[in-house]
Amino acid sequence: MAGGYHFEGLNPPEMTLGQKLAAVNWLLVLLMGAIASIGFAMLYSAANGNFSPWAFRQAIRFGVGLVVMLSVAMVDVRFWMRSAYIIYSGVLALLLGVEVMGEIGMGAQRWIDLGVFQLQPSELMKIALVLALARYFHGLTWDEVGNPVNLLPPLLMIAMPVVLVLRQPDLGTALMIIMGAGAMFFLAGVRIWKFLTLIGVGIAAVPVAWQLMRGYQQQRILTFLNPESDPLGSGYHILQSKIALGSGGLFGKGFLEGSQSHLNFLPEKQTDFIFTMLAEEFGLVGGLGLIGLYVLVVGYGIAIAIRARSQFGRLVALGVTTTLFLYLFINVAMVMGLIPVVGVPLPMISYGGTAMLTIMLGFGMVIGVSVHRDVRIGRAGVDED
Amino acid sequence: MLKASEQDSQRIFTRRALMLATGKLGLVGALAARLYYLQIVEADRYALLSRDNQFNLELLPPIRGRILDVNGVALADNQDNFRIEIVREQTGDVAATLAALGSIIEVPEWDVRRVLKDVKRKRAFVPVTVLENLSRDEIARVAVNAPYLPGVRIEVGRSRRYPFGDIAVHCTGYVAAVSENELTGDPVLELPDFRIGKSGIEKIHDLEMRGTAGQRQVEVNALGRIIRKLPGDEGEPGRDVQLSIDVNLQRYVTERLSRGNAERIPLDDPRALAALAQAPAGTPVRGDDSSDTILVDKNGRRVEPESGAVVVMDVHSGELRAIVSVPGYDPSPFNHGLSPKDWEGLLSNPRSPLTNKAIAGQYPPGSTFKMLVGLAALESDLASADTRFFCPGYLELGDTRFHCWKKHGHGSLDMNGAIEQSCDVYFYELAKRIGIDRIATMAQRLGLGQMLDVDLPGERRGLIPTRDWKLATRGEQWQRGETLIAAIGQGFVLATPLQLATMTARIVNGGRAVVPRLVRETNGSRKSFPSLGLNARDLDAMRDAMNAVVNGDRGTARRVRSAKDEPAIGGKTGTSQVKRISMAQRAAGITKNEDLPWRDRDHALFVGFGPVASPRFAVSVVVEHGGGGSSKAAPIAADILLEALRVEPGPNGPLSEAVDGLRRQG
Repeated sequence: MAGGYHFEGLNPPEMTLGQKLAAVNWLLVLLMGAIASIGFAMLYSAANGNFSPWAFRQAIRFGVGLVVMLSVAMVDVRFWMRSAYIIYSGVLALLLGVEVMGEIGMGAQRWIDLGVFQLQPSELMKIALVLALARYFHGLTWDEVGNPVNLLPPLLMIAMPVVLVLRQPDLGTALMIIMGAGAMFFLAGVRIWKFLTLIGVGIAAVPVAWQLMRGYQQQRILTFLNPESDPLGSGYHILQSKIALGSGGLFGKGFLEGSQSHLNFLPEKQTDFIFTMLAEEFGLVGGLGLIGLYVLVVGYGIAIAIRARSQFGRLVALGVTTTLFLYLFINVAMVMGLIPVVGVPLPMISYGGTAMLTIMLGFGMVIGVSVHRDVRIGRAGVDED
Repeated sequence: MLKASEQDSQRIFTRRALMLATGKLGLVGALAARLYYLQIVEADRYALLSRDNQFNLELLPPIRGRILDVNGVALADNQDNFRIEIVREQTGDVAATLAALGSIIEVPEWDVRRVLKDVKRKRAFVPVTVLENLSRDEIARVAVNAPYLPGVRIEVGRSRRYPFGDIAVHCTGYVAAVSENELTGDPVLELPDFRIGKSGIEKIHDLEMRGTAGQRQVEVNALGRIIRKLPGDEGEPGRDVQLSIDVNLQRYVTERLSRGNAERIPLDDPRALAALAQAPAGTPVRGDDSSDTILVDKNGRRVEPESGAVVVMDVHSGELRAIVSVPGYDPSPFNHGLSPKDWEGLLSNPRSPLTNKAIAGQYPPGSTFKMLVGLAALESDLASADTRFFCPGYLELGDTRFHCWKKHGHGSLDMNGAIEQSCDVYFYELAKRIGIDRIATMAQRLGLGQMLDVDLPGERRGLIPTRDWKLATRGEQWQRGETLIAAIGQGFVLATPLQLATMTARIVNGGRAVVPRLVRETNGSRKSFPSLGLNARDLDAMRDAMNAVVNGDRGTARRVRSAKDEPAIGGKTGTSQVKRISMAQRAAGITKNEDLPWRDRDHALFVGFGPVASPRFAVSVVVEHGGGGSSKAAPIAADILLEALRVEPGPNGPLSEAVDGLRRQG
């Protein structure tokens, strides 16, 4: 850190903590708090009007998450840039570690217990990969991005965690990592025809992928295509979720009145299917309201990204924002029967610390980018000459 | 100061960020559209599915109607069936709770093991039955100790009860679980503890006694746990069915018929011990081996209960005051299912306890048929009551000799004497004159050879042979000798005890076509039966003849004449051969009945009525392979008639007898 920074105008080398706190996008924090509060209410309802076992612990997690988020936001983005590869390597090692542990039979834990949080390395990887890719693309010019050879290292960075996550097997997380990384490639300026080519190849690879999928994964997709074919088996979740949603109507059945959820027809109502419960109790109005809050958060993230002066900051901000969006879209589309059930939680609302921590850690960096939006960083990651 | 490349990156980033944002907006739009589709467009459909999810229809089985006797005593009713259930999730340690329960009431080891097994197989909230049919006392003890028995519940159901056991089983029938082929799609039939009538009144009147099931909605969760019960339609209980049976008389008849001429003594009586010691080892004991009494005959030998049937019928209304078939069986075990072994036992018993012999037993009526032949002859004008025939002990027709039961003959007799002494030859002579057609017609008019449609399943038609019948079924011409045999109620002729009682009632009630009725009409109106168009003088002649059978000096049933202070009864004995007696046997002297194997012995019959002056009841008695009508059936019939008349002296009591007496004098 000792290296002197190029100093000019609106790019002060150091801001005081007070200045930084003042620069925090408190509206964004408020929005996230609002979303989390809706989560507490839904967990309270899921427990039939009790703070235990979910709502109370979730609130504590949010409190911890808030501290983490703001702390992260206080750290200079250049630190994150310098540490990007180290963080990525560390998380990759953790991922490999839990994999190996599971493999050699020392317990099939895919997570590390942090007390209030149970941290899955695969979740952390979503942020770590954003950092690593942001740093990599930060160092490339538009022309360099155009050279396919330069795309090999980031592809490798994606491939390693994806392979590990797929082995868990966690298709949902793997897809999210791929899509998040894809978005970063796109933002970094990778030529559009390459994406189109990839999509073409992807479609061609569907039969191959089908062969590689596990039985339950194949079943999920088959069931997704026709849930009514097996209403008491694999299609049960989707069907019950649609019944709960549909029966909610315009204004819903009222808080604590969601019959499908409270009578346990709805599976995993406190985790993956919590959006269904919300939409059953608060109807279309409540569902669209919550989606609206997320859209505001995502919009905020995009605005922060566009306003950032460094490519790294831009990529981190939008990478994290896109991760949030992917969570939201995959979860909501899943419970509404638009895509197969892949086991992705609704960020900030579903019970469980992992997704919440991932998002709050990530948004700590987004806010950090915003706080340090005028910091300029040279191509090599050091000062601009 | 920005480099061109830096500006490139920023420009491209911004453009692509906006593209990405547009894409995200599009996806959010898709979510919103989907949400709108589910919650607004399809809302009604899903609301309906949601309600289906939430509520199960629970059927409430209706309370089955009772079967009552003529005085309103229940022959079949429903008793509370207290049972104890255990719910695993409320119990914690099932084994410990069962042990605690076992210290309060007796819980057989076998049940403990069954419960422990069931509890594991079922979901935690599903109750498992521990014990059933508990007494109120046991229930009270469990209820008091409820705090120490977590998860133990007392539930009450209903099961069918037959308080009189086998006394009225052939009337009531029994209920049992619904079998596969009885399912009609009515969901109530599919309830696990629903029972339907399988025989007797329970079967014939099943639908009206069943009632209609109620239903209520039960809110359930996804696991089927009942969250809440909503009020619903309680259904309608089944209707009671009242019978004309008097259960006290029915019980008396059952015992009297079973006993026959034997005496019932307790097992601890020294004579009982002697009788048991006499019996050869391995003698099959049937019927009441579970009771603490046995039957011994006048020689001190143990005898089995009789097998047979009795019908006691009001001659005017046709109401059956008793309809008994012995041996019977206990209908209660069918409620919970009979063991295959017990069922086999019932089926293989040669005395066929499952058959209602009163309506399904077909017997040659023997000499009880003679009044009918007499009436046919009187109506034909081919003979009168004064017509006399000489009985030398036999009658020859072609090459065949037809014997009278009295080897050396009755000498010269008129019709009254022929019935009094039951002369066969007299009726051979009558039959020769009038032919089978007149006999068959009269039999038809008196209710034989036809269904009487009493309210019981399994009634049989009996058989009155005619020329056409023989040609159609055997392809042979009618033989004159067959007419003679038919005239003494043998040969092809078959009748049920119910038909014999009906015949007797029609003869003594003034010739009205009374039909037997078992179920009392709810409106209580007394149907009057049409006249059969028989000559009153002819009927009186038959009634007088039947009077003579009991009260005449030479009557075959003179031994059962009533005491002076009891009402006089009339009747006719009958002894019907089961096996044809061969020439050789007749030459060697007819073997005494007691020395024949049971199934080769003659049936003993008696038809009777009383009081003679103003007939109130008709009775028919058939003792299967009981030997002689006068020795076996007549005493039973006499006792039963007197018992029936003791309870119900007559519709108008002694006064009417006085009036009757005046009328006869006038």
